[in-house]
Amino acid sequence: MSGLNEAAEVTEVARPAEAAGAAGVQVLRDRGRTYWVLADCWNVVRRGLTHYQRQPINIVWQLGFPILSVLLYGYVFGSAMQVPGGGDYRDFLMPGMFVMTMAFGFINTATLVVYDSTKGVIDRFRSMPMSPSAVVAGRGVTDLIVACAELTILMLTALAMGWRPDGGFAFLGAFGLLLWLRFALIWLGVWLGLLVPNPEAAGGLFAVAFPLTMISSIFVAPQLMPDWLGHVAAWNPISSTAAATRELFGTPVGGGDTWIEEHALLMAGVWPVILTLVFVPLAVRRFQKLSK
Amino acid sequence: MSASTSASASASASDYAVRAEGLDKRYGEKRALDGFDLAVRKGTVHGLLGPNGAGKTTAVRILSTLVRLDGGSARVAGLDVASQPREVRARIGLTGQYAALDEVLTGRQNLEMFGRLFHLGGRRARRRATELLEQFDLADAAGKGVGQYSGGMRRRLDLAASMILTPAVLFLDEPTTGLDPRGRGEVWESVRALVSGGTTVLLTTQYLEEADKLASHITVIDQGRAIADDTPDGLKNRVGGDRIEVVVTERADIARAVKVVARVSDGEPESHETELRVHAPVTDRVAALTEVARTLQDEGVRVEDIGLRRPSLDDVFMRLTGHRTAADTDTDTDTDTDTDADADTKGVAA
Repeated sequence: MSGLNEAAEVTEVARPAEAAGAAGVQVLRDRGRTYWVLADCWNVVRRGLTHYQRQPINIVWQLGFPILSVLLYGYVFGSAMQVPGGGDYRDFLMPGMFVMTMAFGFINTATLVVYDSTKGVIDRFRSMPMSPSAVVAGRGVTDLIVACAELTILMLTALAMGWRPDGGFAFLGAFGLLLWLRFALIWLGVWLGLLVPNPEAAGGLFAVAFPLTMISSIFVAPQLMPDWLGHVAAWNPISSTAAATRELFGTPVGGGDTWIEEHALLMAGVWPVILTLVFVPLAVRRFQKLSK
Repeated sequence: MSASTSASASASASDYAVRAEGLDKRYGEKRALDGFDLAVRKGTVHGLLGPNGAGKTTAVRILSTLVRLDGGSARVAGLDVASQPREVRARIGLTGQYAALDEVLTGRQNLEMFGRLFHLGGRRARRRATELLEQFDLADAAGKGVGQYSGGMRRRLDLAASMILTPAVLFLDEPTTGLDPRGRGEVWESVRALVSGGTTVLLTTQYLEEADKLASHITVIDQGRAIADDTPDGLKNRVGGDRIEVVVTERADIARAVKVVARVSDGEPESHETELRVHAPVTDRVAALTEVARTLQDEGVRVEDIGLRRPSLDDVFMRLTGHRTAADTDTDTDTDTDTDADADTKGVAA
C-alpha cells in the first residue's frame, strides 16, 4: 500500500511549486507512511511534554488531589478506618490512591483534547499533511509518560510517609497494571474530549468521576459497605486494579469472597481490555465525525 | 452537476487556484451549501462575502479538506479535494476564525512544532520559524508564551503557521473578526505581503470594506449559493459607492443644496422632497464633505445633518437579494463622517 512512498525514501521530492503557483521552494521529504506516523506522533508527544517543561507546576496541581487525599484519609480518618484482616490502613490506602490518580487521568486527557478542539488546533492538524492518527496517538503516549511521572512522584511521597511495599517483579507488575488502566481510560478521555462542548464542561467531569471512584475498593473494602453497594463497588473496574496492586505490593486484603474479588489479578488485566474495546471505536467514530 | 466539468472548465483549469462547482452540504435539514460555485484565479485575493450563517465557513472547511462534501466537485491547486485530500493538504494553509495555536508554547515553539509536523525536519523547521517570525514582525516576541500575545499578534502568528510551506492557496476564514482596528490593520498588511509572494488567498469576511481593501474579486454568498461574482468596483457600482448626504432644514433650500452637492459629486444628485434629503455619489470623500459643508455655510443654507455614507454589506444584500442579511437587524441610517479609514469598518455588527 505504501510501497510507492517507500520507494521514494532516498530522493527528496521537490514540491511542485510551479503547478502550485506559489513562490515557495520548500521541499517535502518522502520517507514512507510508517516513518511519518511515528515521527508525527513523536512531535505531538514532544509538544505535550514541552507544556510540562514550560509549566512544571501543572504536574503538582494534578497530583494535589491524590496527595491531599492521602493526607486526609491517612491521618484524619485513618485511625477510624478498618481493614478486613487487620492490616494497616495506610498500606491499604496507598495503592488505592495510585489507582485513583490513574482513574482521574481521563479527565486530564479530556480537558486537553477539548481545549485543542475548541481552539481549532485539531482542525489545524487535520488541514496539514500530517498523519491524522498521530493527533490521537500522540495524546495517548504523552499521557502515559505523564502517568509514569505521576506514579513515581506519588510513590516517593508514599515511601516518605512510611509505605513499604514488596520490591522486585511484583512491584513492576503493579506499576504495569496501573499504567494499563490509565491506557484504557485514555480512550474514554479522548471520546469525552471530542464530545463535550468546552473546557469548562470537561472540568465538570470531576463531579461524575469522584463518586465513581468512591464506590470502589479504593478507600473502603467493599465487604464493609451495605450488601448491594458492596457488590457494585466490587465490580467497579478500578476495584480490581486496586485489589491486584495491593496483592502485588505485598499488602493483600483479607476477606472478599466473591468471584470478582478472588480474581482481582485476572480482572485487572481484563477490565482495561474491555474499556479499550468499548471506547476506542467510540473515540475513532467521534474523530471521524469531525469531517461530517 | 459533474457534467459541467467539461470543455470550458478544463480549458481554463490551470488559471484557477480554486474551482468549485455545485457544492452541496447538508447538516440535517439545513442546507449549508446549496449548489455553490466558486472560481478563484491564481495569484489573487478573492473575497467570499456574506453574513453569518451564509455558508462561508462551510465552503472553506470543504475546500481545506476538513469536511466532506455531499455533492458537486472542488479542485484546489489543481487537485480534487474529495479524492486527493492528502495532496491538497500539502499545498494549502488555513487560518480559521480562532487563532489555532498552542497557548502554552512560545511563538517560536509553535512554528517549529508545526514545521516539523509539515515534515520539514528539525533543522529546516527551526530555520523556517526564524524566517517567519522576522517576516511577520514577531521576532521580539518569539520567546514569549502565546498566551501573552495580543489579538493581532496571535493572528499574525496564526498566519505565519499557515505559511510554513508557502502554500499555493491560503484560506483565511474571517481573519480579523474580534480584532481591534490596529490588529485588523496588522493582519491586512500581512495578507498583502503574502499575496505579493505569489500565494492565492481566499478570504471570507462579513465586512464589505475588508473585501474591498484586500480582494480583487468578490463572491457574495447567501443561503449557501453564490449570488454575485464581481470586482469590488463592479459590486459597489451595482450597490452604489460612497455617497454624500445632506439633510436641510427648509424645503426651500433643497434646490440650493442640490447645486452645491453637484459641484463635488460624480453623478447627478438625487433629492427627496419629503425627507429634505439630497445625496450623490462621491469619490474623494473627505474633500467633498469639507467642500460641501463650507459652501453650504457660506451660502447660509441651514443644514440639519451632513455626512458620508458607505455601502454596507446590508446594502449589498438589499440590492442583490431584496432582503436584509438574516443576522442583522440594524437600520442603515449611518451617516458617517469619520476620516480615519482604519478606525472604522462599516460592516454589519454581528
